[in-house]
Amino acid sequence: MILNSPLLEIKNLQVSINNNKILQDLNLVINKGEIHAIMGPNGSGKSTFSKILAGHPAYSVLSGDIIFKGSSILNLDPEERSHLGIFLAFQYPIEIPGVSNEDFLRLAYNSKQKFYNKPEVDPLEFLTIISEKLELVKMSSLFLSRNVNEGFSGGEKKRNEILQMILLDSELSILDETDSGLDIDALKIISNGINNFMNPTKSIILITHYQRLLEYINPTYVHVMQNGKIIKTGCAELAKELENKGYEWL
Amino acid sequence: MVNQSNKVLNKDITKLVNQTYQYGFSTIIEKDIIKKGLNEKTIHLISQKKKETKFLLNFRLKAYKKWKQMPEPEWAYLKFPQLNYQDVIYYSAPKSQKKLKDLSQVDPELLRTFEKLGISLTEQKRLANVAVDIVFDSVSIGTTFQEELNKHGVIFSSISEAVDEYPELIEKYLGSVVPIGDNYFSALNSAVFTDGSFCYIPQDTVCPLDLSTYFRINDQKSGQFERTLIISEKNSQVNYLEGCTAPQYDTNQLHAAVVELIALENANIKYSTVQNWYSGNEFGKGGVYNFVTKRGLCSGLNSKILWTQIETGSSITWKYPSCLMLGDNSQGEFYSVALTNNYQQADTGTKMIHIGKNTRSRIISKGISAGKSKNSYRGLVNITNKALGARNYSQCDSLLIGNLSNANTFPFLSVQNSTTKIEHEASTSKIGEEQIFYFLQRGICLEKAVELMISGFCRDIFTKLPLEFAAEADKLLTLKLEGSVG
Repeated sequence: MILNSPLLEIKNLQVSINNNKILQDLNLVINKGEIHAIMGPNGSGKSTFSKILAGHPAYSVLSGDIIFKGSSILNLDPEERSHLGIFLAFQYPIEIPGVSNEDFLRLAYNSKQKFYNKPEVDPLEFLTIISEKLELVKMSSLFLSRNVNEGFSGGEKKRNEILQMILLDSELSILDETDSGLDIDALKIISNGINNFMNPTKSIILITHYQRLLEYINPTYVHVMQNGKIIKTGCAELAKELENKGYEWL
Repeated sequence: MVNQSNKVLNKDITKLVNQTYQYGFSTIIEKDIIKKGLNEKTIHLISQKKKETKFLLNFRLKAYKKWKQMPEPEWAYLKFPQLNYQDVIYYSAPKSQKKLKDLSQVDPELLRTFEKLGISLTEQKRLANVAVDIVFDSVSIGTTFQEELNKHGVIFSSISEAVDEYPELIEKYLGSVVPIGDNYFSALNSAVFTDGSFCYIPQDTVCPLDLSTYFRINDQKSGQFERTLIISEKNSQVNYLEGCTAPQYDTNQLHAAVVELIALENANIKYSTVQNWYSGNEFGKGGVYNFVTKRGLCSGLNSKILWTQIETGSSITWKYPSCLMLGDNSQGEFYSVALTNNYQQADTGTKMIHIGKNTRSRIISKGISAGKSKNSYRGLVNITNKALGARNYSQCDSLLIGNLSNANTFPFLSVQNSTTKIEHEASTSKIGEEQIFYFLQRGICLEKAVELMISGFCRDIFTKLPLEFAAEADKLLTLKLEGSVG
């Protein structure tokens, strides 16, 4: 990998599902240390874009390329992309009945350890590791024994996503509407978590509808997506403009 | 959008579930067979071969007469072609001249078969604290640790031996819980059963070993009709385990068993089954038709019967282990995991009949359906007018894998007094593509994800299984699902 090369580079990406084109000619370069916000009207392809980056099997890439850390990831399975450092915080985190959060988190952590030929941790060691991270998103340890996302409130689910992001220490984190459905207090906790996590070796893609989140997290760039294309790119000011004027004027 | 992505995932799911059946071999062995077909002559022949008493011959003939008048039941949510009962071999036994004194006289080919199945008749089982009776096609080929059990007064033998040696117990209890004409398949069994296990636990005795029977259908055309009878006297306790496998044939084999349990005052019977009959291939060809009647009688004060079943095999399962709670304060429990894949069909559940006062029952049923299979829970909770203060708790959960499988719950409740408490909970969930994608995105591979979800789903049941069975069950379920999730 060449020094200072971008962390993520998307070149002329075209994607379809059931013969419908949903992304066209998408280009994007993200360097380490940058936060990119992606905004846009409903149905513009933002969530789809995040799933494609994570390797969801439903979508087929027609042409173009996704380069992560210098090499194409188009042929990699979702779990390999995860191990390489791509994390997706889901807009609607999935409930998994019967599987405790603690087991789930430990298994995810150990899968990554194994991938990098590092020793897997036992439940006791893991408890030490996870307790520290819980603190960062202000979650009680009681929540470890609950089933993954089952019966969680909207805010708890989103905090759980951020907890996983911190635990897996991902380099590229895609946060899909992590702010939606949060009250002000939860929004502050989550934004703090994200800001503390962020450093010059990492990058974040924030998908959001609202300028509100961007008051807590300062984006390097703001992109507007429409019909599967990025139609405008600007700095943080653009988000404020969009908040006032909507998307019609673009 | 949903369709296409499901296609991708279903392919992987299918891969994971479609693990080949590892017990599908058959053993070539000299056999003593009664020509296929069923009539009064067949029954006389069976009875002759087994040198039975008048009592049993009459029992059989009476059952045969009832059976002939009964229609095949059609109420279950199962679809299968009309069975030809004249095309079944009703007696098939490994040839041996005389009664075996000990296991060293058993045909070595047979012993090798059981070694292959992972069942050793020898010392190993002693270490595991399990006494085993083995039934191969129609007859029992050996029971281990009889002497040791005898020291405690426990009788554990094949039912044929029991007929010879303890006729008074057989005459008193055989057919006392499942009467001859109870249902079509139990009537058939009563007419033609050839062997099975018999246990008798005397008063004030805790059975020192877990008792276990291993059933194997070997013959292609033979049906297996075994009969199990367990009697637990006052203040006694026993743990009973049952395992089943069959070779892989592309024709269907018939299995119609009857199990009767009798728990007297303060007695406690725990009956666990891991059923892994051959379930047919991925196109639904072949496999065992499993029509089983299992029923326990809690006849005294504080009697307790607990059924646990892990049903993973058979192309058709028709089975409702039940409890008849006659004694006051008696208890019946039923814990079940039924897993179906490919074209398997299961209609299984329980009946809890409350007659005594303050009787309690508990039903926990977990159905997992993958492939194009059908999996139904069917249960009856019947609280009679005398069963004052009776209580029941039922929980029926279904888990669907993929988009083509089918899960149903048919709970029947009949309550005839107002001092009763009944709770019923049911849920249906699905291992869907989005759940799996969630695991994958967190770096957890498909197999691990499914294993975690299945064992989470079945946890309540696994904790009820005897320890050595629990590990086996966990492994078996994962194996059975290999290739089906993705």
